[in-house]
Amino acid sequence: MPRTDSADAADAAGVTGPTGPGLTEPTGPTGATRTGTGTGTGTGLTEPMGLTDPTGPGGSGGSAGPTGDTAAARRSVQPPQVGRTAGGSGAAAAGFMAPFFLLFALVTLAPTGYAAWLSLFREEQSGLGFGGAQRVFSGIGNYTEALADPLFLASFRHVAVYCTLYIPLMVGGALLLALLLDSALARARRFFQIAYYLPHAVPGLIAAMVWLYLYTPGLSPVLDLLDSAGISWDFFGRDEALLSVVNISAWQWTGYNMIIFFAGLQAVPRETLEAATMDGAGAVRIAWQVKVPSIRPTLVLTVLFTCVGAVQLFDAPQLLQLRATEMGESWSPTMYVFSAAFKRHDYGLAAASALLLALVAAAASYVVTKLGNRWRSA
Amino acid sequence: MTASLAAADAAGAAPGRVPAPAPATSAPPAPATPARRARGSGLLSRTAVNAVLLLVAAYTLMPLAWLVLAATKNRRDLFATDPYALGDFSLFTNLGEVFTYDDGIFGRWLANSLLYTVVGSTLSALISVACGYAFHAYGFRHKERLFGVVLAGVLVPATVLQLPLYLMASAAGAVNTYAAYLVPALVNPFGVYLARVFAEGYVPDEVLAAARVDGAGELRLFAHVSFPMLWPGFVTIFLFTFTAIWNNFYGALTMLNDERLYPVSLGLFMWNRSVYQQPELYPLVITGSLVAVVPLVLAFLGLQRFWRSGLTAGAVK
Repeated sequence: MPRTDSADAADAAGVTGPTGPGLTEPTGPTGATRTGTGTGTGTGLTEPMGLTDPTGPGGSGGSAGPTGDTAAARRSVQPPQVGRTAGGSGAAAAGFMAPFFLLFALVTLAPTGYAAWLSLFREEQSGLGFGGAQRVFSGIGNYTEALADPLFLASFRHVAVYCTLYIPLMVGGALLLALLLDSALARARRFFQIAYYLPHAVPGLIAAMVWLYLYTPGLSPVLDLLDSAGISWDFFGRDEALLSVVNISAWQWTGYNMIIFFAGLQAVPRETLEAATMDGAGAVRIAWQVKVPSIRPTLVLTVLFTCVGAVQLFDAPQLLQLRATEMGESWSPTMYVFSAAFKRHDYGLAAASALLLALVAAAASYVVTKLGNRWRSA
Repeated sequence: MTASLAAADAAGAAPGRVPAPAPATSAPPAPATPARRARGSGLLSRTAVNAVLLLVAAYTLMPLAWLVLAATKNRRDLFATDPYALGDFSLFTNLGEVFTYDDGIFGRWLANSLLYTVVGSTLSALISVACGYAFHAYGFRHKERLFGVVLAGVLVPATVLQLPLYLMASAAGAVNTYAAYLVPALVNPFGVYLARVFAEGYVPDEVLAAARVDGAGELRLFAHVSFPMLWPGFVTIFLFTFTAIWNNFYGALTMLNDERLYPVSLGLFMWNRSVYQQPELYPLVITGSLVAVVPLVLAFLGLQRFWRSGLTAGAVK
């Protein structure tokens, strides 16, 4: 992918340099930006970018710097940018970015803040319940209530078990399939890629619904198959339901991630593989010691996104619990939030538990990124 | 680079890779695919590998095959016949029922979904491309810090924002409107990230500089020079957002309770919820699901080049 050619970048700087008005001045800040980009900004949040690749936007961001308009562009209406000099392109930069950042503030930053504020209050019925509810400050009361609620804790336990089953199964499966497809042995690669990717084209809820039917006795070919093998299985059972959810997710995402891994494997330099073959390494050893390490960044990123997705698990269990009633309405953390907010109308508790959920997601992302970075440099 | 990679990938060969020396022994290489390693590919392992691949393909295709078959059956055959056998062919009866039930509300749901996804993803992709492009084309202080904020946005769980968004929409009197569902969908930080990656790959600094020397205004520069170069990126981001909106069941469930505004997935969910009391809805839900899935599958088959390049952009560098 766009590996910015350093020669090109230098060239660009050389070409555009003389045309830029007041070129001497921008070099300072540009240089600063450059070093900043290389190392990431240290917010911790930019790490996925670093993960993807050093030559991603972070790495090659510097190439944008040396263009002649840097000085002008630094003037900007955007609050986070400190404008110094006048120039039309600064306004242009702000103009191009404004729609995104205004909406981002409206639908991401503001709701986050609002949730934090809401989480500090609790609704109390005044008197006999006439005159509506009253909002009372309760500090961390909602947080302690959520953390003491066995349903809330159980929902995290479900997701934890779900993750320990689903992530190795899905990521491992996708990796294995990609390696098999990438091996010289595979035929009809194109057909297999399409066949594996198709489930991802099915909207998540509809996928869950189709599987719901495939789990339903009387409708299900799967159950018929199991029956004929003498196995009785209840997809909606108390413990089995979790496996049923894992299966739906795996069905949807394995092919998608397989395609990503496969693309990465295809980009492994042929010379490297030939060298390994010359050294007498077998196909399995090459796969494990040459191919897999070469797509480590992709693997780490996939695990990261999968974790963030898993924490938010909602559609499939929400649908399944209509049938698998033992799951209950708070089976996953998001279901808990949903039921607190829209069934019990306890907004304070819902906001507090949503933020706790976000915190867990952030912690998971952090751990995955850290472990991933260590693994990548191992 | 991205597009070429994806295009070449379809043929099984990554760019920059020297085609393999012709396999000396054993079976012929897969069609149009230079075999990477011919050595050690015994007949047994070749069979084993392809058997595994076929087995997984059966797993991924089985539910879709079932959906197609089930949609052709009436309610009696749905339960009475073997899941993979044909019953009385009732596909058209089923389709007729799907589109006439409850005054043809299903057609309206489909139209809503189309509206949400097409309008939403067009606007969203435009917003993302403009922002990502600006990250590439302009330099300013704290640029990378600002970009870090965008990336943080990728990791914020969307479901966490839904309750406050609902309450905000409710305070603004916007619950149960198209906007309540659409506006949150316009923000796609991952799209901005992709757009910047694409801009760095497709819009060379020299081109920007040359156009500026020629006196092109910044807006003209974007509209007439950069945007055409970014077109594949735009389509890729469009597709990503399209899937995201089409999949956003949680958003619809919280923001919309007027069934005339439902997207098709929420509508089917509601039908499915009543299926236990009204079993006559079974064929409706199943055929409706098929109707909702087919256009997407066709679109993905037709637009392969683009989603491949998008996936590749996110992964391979």
